[in-house]
Amino acid sequence: MNEIAPTHVTETAMPDVARVAECATSPDPGTEPALCARAPIGMLCELTHRCPLQCPYCSNPVELERANAELTTAEWQDVMRQAASLGVLQIHLSGGEPTARKDLEDIVRVAADVGLYTNLITAGVTLTRERLAKLVEVGLDHVQLSVQDVDPENADRIAAYKGGMAKKIQVAGWVKENGLPLTINCPIHRQNIHNVPRMIEFAVEMGAGRVEIAHVQYYAWALINRASLMPTREAFMTAAKQVEEAREKYKGVIVIDAIVPDYYAKFPKPCMGGWARGIVNITPSGRVLPCHAAESIKGLPFDNIKDRPLADIWLNGEAFQKYRGTSWMKEPCRSCPRKEIDYGGCRCQAFALTGDAANTDPACSLSPMHAQWQAVAEVESHTPNAPEFIYRRVGGATKKPEAHNAS
Amino acid sequence: MSEPTAPKPAPTRLIVTGETKLVMPRHNKLRHDAGRGRWIILAPERVFNPDDTAVEVLKRCDGQRSVSEIAEALSQEYQAPLDVVTTDILEMLQDLTDKGVLIKAP
Repeated sequence: MNEIAPTHVTETAMPDVARVAECATSPDPGTEPALCARAPIGMLCELTHRCPLQCPYCSNPVELERANAELTTAEWQDVMRQAASLGVLQIHLSGGEPTARKDLEDIVRVAADVGLYTNLITAGVTLTRERLAKLVEVGLDHVQLSVQDVDPENADRIAAYKGGMAKKIQVAGWVKENGLPLTINCPIHRQNIHNVPRMIEFAVEMGAGRVEIAHVQYYAWALINRASLMPTREAFMTAAKQVEEAREKYKGVIVIDAIVPDYYAKFPKPCMGGWARGIVNITPSGRVLPCHAAESIKGLPFDNIKDRPLADIWLNGEAFQKYRGTSWMKEPCRSCPRKEIDYGGCRCQAFALTGDAANTDPACSLSPMHAQWQAVAEVESHTPNAPEFIYRRVGGATKKPEAHNAS
Repeated sequence: MSEPTAPKPAPTRLIVTGETKLVMPRHNKLRHDAGRGRWIILAPERVFNPDDTAVEVLKRCDGQRSVSEIAEALSQEYQAPLDVVTTDILEMLQDLTDKGVLIKAP
């Protein structure tokens, strides 16, 4: 949590939930013991895993859920009502591509009616002017638009989708014409990191109030493609400096949120602001997760919203209880003075790289695996020719993108 | 970018002074969160937690009253020195304006 005006207003950042995993800062300035469950402030709704783009760093699981397993309109509407009752303040409508759901308006309408702040996280390429106006009419509050690169050809290659950039410029214009606030989200990696200053300028030109310079986080698809995506430490440092310069230059014009690649950090990020602490995630089929990558932890059981109320799952669900608070920790986390700052980092990353989700995240310099882990980034980022992307698609990993522009 | 249009003036930072009239744009929402017993501001991917003083200031940022007028009213109401109140709220309002929570009244 950042202190802004010295004593009068504190600020809580929501996790970036678009195409990259990320962390939230502490969701609540309260002084309750770390073990005590409290209501989530944010809910990420993956309405569908369908998407016309095939970004190789997608935060969706490698095993994508099929359209015929998706929750119905009425089920999503019920989720919205339950979330508001539980104390959720903001919902993030994501995917896949959330506009692939033809009933998006019906879901937004109910969410707005029950007082939730609604955020649409979209690639924009399938939106129409009429549809956006309709969404605004039923209560949409904010649009986060992803941009794969400012160089249109490179953006097409990264997303395996032709002509995305021109469409995004149009969508940004529609968002502004409806008087809605706009965030531009730029997932950053080895193949576009040289354009960071131009991405920020682009967001300013589009009239965005906020831009995310979001380094790809290496889970799921991004982990498969890590050798194609990992920037060098030098490139990362250059980009970090450029972000600082832009923050000074554009102070009061645009808010720049930067998400660092934890391979180059000394301490891990407090993933999701702490497991089961402030954010809840719902998959297209209704599985309720403490974070959108949680299903990568093998053996962890997840409840479905169709079987059990949201509040009960949040409070008592086995997956939520397993790593909530600090009592599950092993050394070096258990005795660490930072344990309630970063909560031992990311459980999914700990599992993926050590085989035990209760281990310290190797992103932490106190992890016995830290040196070995950083060496991987060093080697992969300096490989002269990055391997070809393995594109995101239903049915598993493939080198070749599917036929373009078909959803 | 794709179509030639008349160059738009570059957006600039609003410097808040005593004369500035501020308002919360429609997309930011000052609300009482009954479940948590506190005031909140809902904003794009942010929740702000204003304290009682900030809430009193924000409720008066209606686009009609200037920062000086708000400071004078609060100074009288709470019997606090005007210069202290003015400095305090100017700093807070500049910060909130920089973060897009408040904008200049149209």
